[in-house]
Amino acid sequence: MSKHRGSIKSIHGNMITVSFGDSIIQNEVGYVLCGEERLMAEVIRISGDTAFMQVFEDTKGIKVGDEVEFSKNMLSVQLGPGLLGQVYDGLQNLLPELAEQVGFFLPRGMQVDALDFNKKWHFTPSVKVNNKVTKGMVLGHVPEGIFKHSIMVPFDLDGEYEVTFIANKGDYAAKDIIVRIKNARGEIIELDMIFEWPIKVPIDAYREKFTPKDPLITKIRLIDTFFPVAKGGTYCIPGPFGAGKTVLQQLTSRYAEIDIVIIAACGERAGEVVETLREFPKLSDPRTGKSLMERTIIICNTSSMPVAARDASVYTAATLGEYYRQMGLDVLLLADSTSRWAQAMREVSGRLEEIPGEEAYPAYLESRIAEFYERSGLVELHSGEKGSLTIGGTVSPAGGNFDEPVTQATLKVVGAFHGLSRDRANARRFPSIDPLESWSRYNSFVDPHLLKRAQDVLSRGNEVDQMMKVVGEEGTLMEDFIIYLKSDFLDNVYLQQNGFDKIDAATSLKRQEYVFGRVTSVLNEEFNFDNKDKARAVFYELRQLFIDWNYKELGSEEFKKQEAKIEEFVNAHNGSKKEG
Amino acid sequence: MRKIHNKILSVAGNVITVKGTGVAYEELAEVKTSWGKSLAQVIKLENDIVSLQVFSGSRGISTNDEVKFLGHPMKVAFSDNMLGRIFNGSGQPRDKGPNLTENLIEISGPAVNPVKRIIPKRMIRTNIPMIDVFNSLVVSQKLPIFSISGEPYNELLARIALQAEVDMIILGGIGLKYDQYMFFKNVLEEGGALSRSIFFIHTASDPIVEGLMVPDLSLAVAEKFALKGKDVLVLLTDMTNFSDALKEISITMEQVPSNRGYPGDLYSQLAKRYEKAIDFEGAGSITILAVTTMPGDDVTHPVPDNTGYITEGQFYLRGGRIEPFGSLSRLKQQVNDKTRKDHRAIMDGMIQLYAQYKETEEKRAMGFRMGDWDRKLLKYGKLFEDKMMDLSVKISLEDALDNGWKILAECFNPEETNFRTDLIKEFWPKKA
Repeated sequence: MSKHRGSIKSIHGNMITVSFGDSIIQNEVGYVLCGEERLMAEVIRISGDTAFMQVFEDTKGIKVGDEVEFSKNMLSVQLGPGLLGQVYDGLQNLLPELAEQVGFFLPRGMQVDALDFNKKWHFTPSVKVNNKVTKGMVLGHVPEGIFKHSIMVPFDLDGEYEVTFIANKGDYAAKDIIVRIKNARGEIIELDMIFEWPIKVPIDAYREKFTPKDPLITKIRLIDTFFPVAKGGTYCIPGPFGAGKTVLQQLTSRYAEIDIVIIAACGERAGEVVETLREFPKLSDPRTGKSLMERTIIICNTSSMPVAARDASVYTAATLGEYYRQMGLDVLLLADSTSRWAQAMREVSGRLEEIPGEEAYPAYLESRIAEFYERSGLVELHSGEKGSLTIGGTVSPAGGNFDEPVTQATLKVVGAFHGLSRDRANARRFPSIDPLESWSRYNSFVDPHLLKRAQDVLSRGNEVDQMMKVVGEEGTLMEDFIIYLKSDFLDNVYLQQNGFDKIDAATSLKRQEYVFGRVTSVLNEEFNFDNKDKARAVFYELRQLFIDWNYKELGSEEFKKQEAKIEEFVNAHNGSKKEG
Repeated sequence: MRKIHNKILSVAGNVITVKGTGVAYEELAEVKTSWGKSLAQVIKLENDIVSLQVFSGSRGISTNDEVKFLGHPMKVAFSDNMLGRIFNGSGQPRDKGPNLTENLIEISGPAVNPVKRIIPKRMIRTNIPMIDVFNSLVVSQKLPIFSISGEPYNELLARIALQAEVDMIILGGIGLKYDQYMFFKNVLEEGGALSRSIFFIHTASDPIVEGLMVPDLSLAVAEKFALKGKDVLVLLTDMTNFSDALKEISITMEQVPSNRGYPGDLYSQLAKRYEKAIDFEGAGSITILAVTTMPGDDVTHPVPDNTGYITEGQFYLRGGRIEPFGSLSRLKQQVNDKTRKDHRAIMDGMIQLYAQYKETEEKRAMGFRMGDWDRKLLKYGKLFEDKMMDLSVKISLEDALDNGWKILAECFNPEETNFRTDLIKEFWPKKA
């Protein structure tokens, strides 16, 4: 059968229009034949006998009349064992492999397989001949690093199948036939360990989706205690440049208590990914002691790489996340930055000459963002196991102003909002999540009353601070001044965290519970002071005691000693000693 | 034999259209008018209608002027003979030297594979204390200088060009005023740096489209030199003019503008250029310093805003000095622990004291009474501004650090400075 082909009618930027004879599919992949090169492109609009396609590469040198070869497939990724620890571009090309083949640059028209088809895996079957199976059901396992990687019935096989052959336990190449299944009409399908799935279609081979409720511990106090994220939930981190979005995501990718982390570096600086690329293999996962890379997949489509592939990269990441969720694992997808993805949509929309919405973003911006975040979730699989996919996206609002379309569209659909503030970043208060503006719809592990008390102190402290700017310290009541000092204390010793200190960078749940109790007890203390200088001095000293405490290992001798010092200091200055 | 077209269908802005087949996207053409020849580039193909942007502008183009397609995209010569030469935004000589036609290379090549990048680790010394001490410049860094019209940003660039420890300098001028162009030429000539420099100059009076090519030409040539082992410093001034040129073309092409008239792909366009900064493992490097003037001193204007998201920090040039607040080299931590052990302490400590000085200065201006400590701070602030911040100060990093200790000793007692005791013991100047 001859390949289905079309011919190029126009070129503008990375957008081409192609006339085609036969039928084509929306989101079908085609290849532009430009000399020796095959440039990948995707159908994004069909009108009469013209297909609008976005080319995933530089379009320099393409001519009107050049041929396009259609593939009959939607833009897809390969799913199978061997994904963990890899570094892909937005179209799932293996970047280290490309580097090996062609060196420093990424010349266009290069495609490499995402997975090694010849690699041997040790397969253990879990079904028998005559068993009935449906899509997503587990046929067997192979060990992949620290995980049991499920070999499943491909998600596009609808209906019920009967197993007619299953390979014995043993070593097989990823592309060896290990299972045969038969459908009701008697058609036999041969399966190996790898199959493809279109990235823009959510995987739904599970039984039910639940409301997320278990907390995902990021070990960042401000998040876990005040603005928690739930496993299977969503959150966003908007912030101006220099506010520390990327550092926050890097810390989360290192310390979060989760099985698998997928990092989608979407349209940001290549330099930032490099740190992750070079550091992760050297760092060990605190939970398993193995290299962090073994639980990580990096999708890397940085700012100078083709824009259309940037659009694909977030979907590729979501698809890989959903795939591992199907194995009953907890997956965290970190997308940095979703604004670059939205801008990629805007560029495409502009070239399609669609009627623009706000700030020239397409009218469907909101629904696309919602669709993306909706791919998260806590699900129950056919086996009864549960798996989750949590999505956290950074947003880079123009001018640092949260009133722009991408931030607003994102806020509508996420479960938690961690808004970064330039003021806090300038004051070197990290993480620079604004404690007054941020929110979370998920439940914190702390007692809601204690949490409310702490939040009240923060907001009242802020009011006093604002007032003091007008009336000065002299014009402020001692009572108010103490509120201000308490809120400043809470901010310094609990909200702020030193990401570069090896103990303070990650605070376990246990420690957070313990320390938060101690911190709130200070907030509840009655203090009396003769004058403000004295009050300030006491609080500064208390602050230092707590900060030093944060640097001691939980439960260690030093930790206990420091705690005793704090106890002593508080007792010496609290309400029981009225003259202060 | 390439076909010659001599019927121009439309002229709008700097874009013309002709009928043609077999033309490639981004192919170059030559337009011959009664005023002379100009290059033009294909920016859109629709059936047999070809849109071209004419580098020298559309003024004086007649509908029956000749358009000849050259069969290749924009290229630029690359050879050691380019050193000391000055070219325009089409890559043609601007000085009286010969046209270079050998060894042509394509511009705006593919991106670097992120897995081939390395963590930056080499510092570039500029002998400007505000950079070396407080915000060290690092090989492969991309840094903009945020400034406003009237500030001496070009003077600063020229000083960095003269003093930076690099193998060669490529200056890309976009919308440069003629006197500024002459200024760069004279300064580098007098400083003896012209022979290791290449200029791509587009002046304010040149057609705007030519300015669009300058960053690509500069960076394509820089990339080739870097691959041959040279450490190249690329200076671009002013990227706001580049962005404005993009705006003009996109509006002419009837693209929907996104923010204040700028095209929606402004971020990608800027990133594509800035991301050329790199340290090639086993070869040379490209470091980019680019002036971005902020219209109305507004950092949220789309050009500085998008730039800030792309670059690795920024220098604010205000009042003729590099501002210590807001200025940031995101890569400084990679290098400033390997210079001298008091480097980071001086960097943090002096800035904290300077911040306190600023507060005191505010109080003084409002008429508050000044205490002892305030007077110390005021003295310190003045010394810091004169001996560190002043752009004419030219000293090595080590001298600058020594100077820092001297200034501190002149104003404070050691315990007032909050420095670590071991550093004070070692570095605090002994009373004579």
